Amino acid sequence: MSTSLISLISMGMLGAVLAGGLVVASKKFAVETDPKVDEIEEVLPGANCGACGYAGCRAFAEAAAGEKAPVDGCPVGGSKVAALVAKILGMEPVEGANRKVAQVLCKGGHAEAKLFAEWNGPRDCRIAQSTQNGSFKGCSYGCLGLGTCVEACPFGAMYMDDNGLPVVIEEKCTGCGMCVRACPRDIIVLAEEPQGVHIRCRSLALGKDVRGVCSVGCIACRRCEKECPVDAITVEDNLARIDYDKCINCRKCVAVCPVNTIEYQEGKPVLKKRRAS
Amino acid sequence: MELFLIFIGAVFVNNFVLVRFLGICPFMGVSKQTETALGMGAATTFVMVVTAALTWLLQWYVLEPFGLPFLQTPVFILVIASMVQLVEMFLHKTSPGLYRALGIYLPLITTNCAVLGFSLIAVQGAYSFIQSLIFGLGAGIGFTIALMLMAGIREELRFADVPKPLAGTGIAFIIAGLLSLAFSGFAGLV
Repeated sequence: MSTSLISLISMGMLGAVLAGGLVVASKKFAVETDPKVDEIEEVLPGANCGACGYAGCRAFAEAAAGEKAPVDGCPVGGSKVAALVAKILGMEPVEGANRKVAQVLCKGGHAEAKLFAEWNGPRDCRIAQSTQNGSFKGCSYGCLGLGTCVEACPFGAMYMDDNGLPVVIEEKCTGCGMCVRACPRDIIVLAEEPQGVHIRCRSLALGKDVRGVCSVGCIACRRCEKECPVDAITVEDNLARIDYDKCINCRKCVAVCPVNTIEYQEGKPVLKKRRAS
Repeated sequence: MELFLIFIGAVFVNNFVLVRFLGICPFMGVSKQTETALGMGAATTFVMVVTAALTWLLQWYVLEPFGLPFLQTPVFILVIASMVQLVEMFLHKTSPGLYRALGIYLPLITTNCAVLGFSLIAVQGAYSFIQSLIFGLGAGIGFTIALMLMAGIREELRFADVPKPLAGTGIAFIIAGLLSLAFSGFAGLV
């Protein structure tokens, strides 16, 4: 027999034996998966950011297929993905939810807020907060400025500015909330667009104490509360708070705030047009 | 005694990752957490031991008697690919968490050159059946040790002040180089 024939036969037999073994194994170790899970995973963004509260896109797809998670549970994909997931599950498409954007509620950077000491430990706010309560910063409610939120952002939508404060790049923010969970001082919140008025302070300290450590912190003077025509602002525990559902973006509070804590942030009109189309 | 020497030789002196530089892809890719590194090491070790047995049988009872040593590479790759498939199915059934954590690196054991490399080296060394098995086990354990060392260091690295341009993969490569240098100290042990 020629060598080529022998090699053909032996390779063929080997292939057949191994294939047979694999067929038996695949029967024995078969895992039943819902085809819907694969379909849903296909339409998800696939960043595995965990914003939905599940371990990753696959885990969310499994939960959604079992109808344990809401179809619009993916904040990154927004209404577009929600509609696709709903279609796979044979539901009516849901109404589009508004896009959410992270907002940093502290304005006290190097220029505005006092530092009691210099932090030479690891560049991680959570470590600074859990070991020394972040006491190197004068304000015990303000941004520690070590950039943990920036590192947590899976989309590169944040950076630290020269003043030592995190900045959200609105175009890139998907509203996944990773930064919100990363911040040990709860300074970052998700605000629905087109919400533009933000009270950028989280300090519950008395007005005079705030004045002592920060030039832009809320001193609870209540002028915004009085000025607001729709009662969207309430002052409680020495801090003005805004109800985003009531606010009509009239910006009267921005004008009266004596310490410029309240800000109006213009949306990005060009991008909005693109999103609408 | 000879078996012990082969084992130590495969684990330390000629560690497949850090001395022979085989299987670098999973070494860099799956060495971020000790847990997944251990899973990857265990999967690779299993594939290596089974492959050692099968390739030895094929080499000395099929390829050599029929005068087909030129078919060595495709036959070995066929065996390795089938074994990896088997491990993948087994893991998917028994440990879905590990299966997901390993992700793409699990099917990539197929093309892990450490597995093919050790099969070829075992044949070159004309090892006996038991020697091949021990060699495969040693190679797998050596691979696991390299992965675990790397993962342990990289877990601690999160608290280190790494210069910005080197953060991430850059520093990982430097660590790999230093580890490799350290393992060269085992030279001459066997």
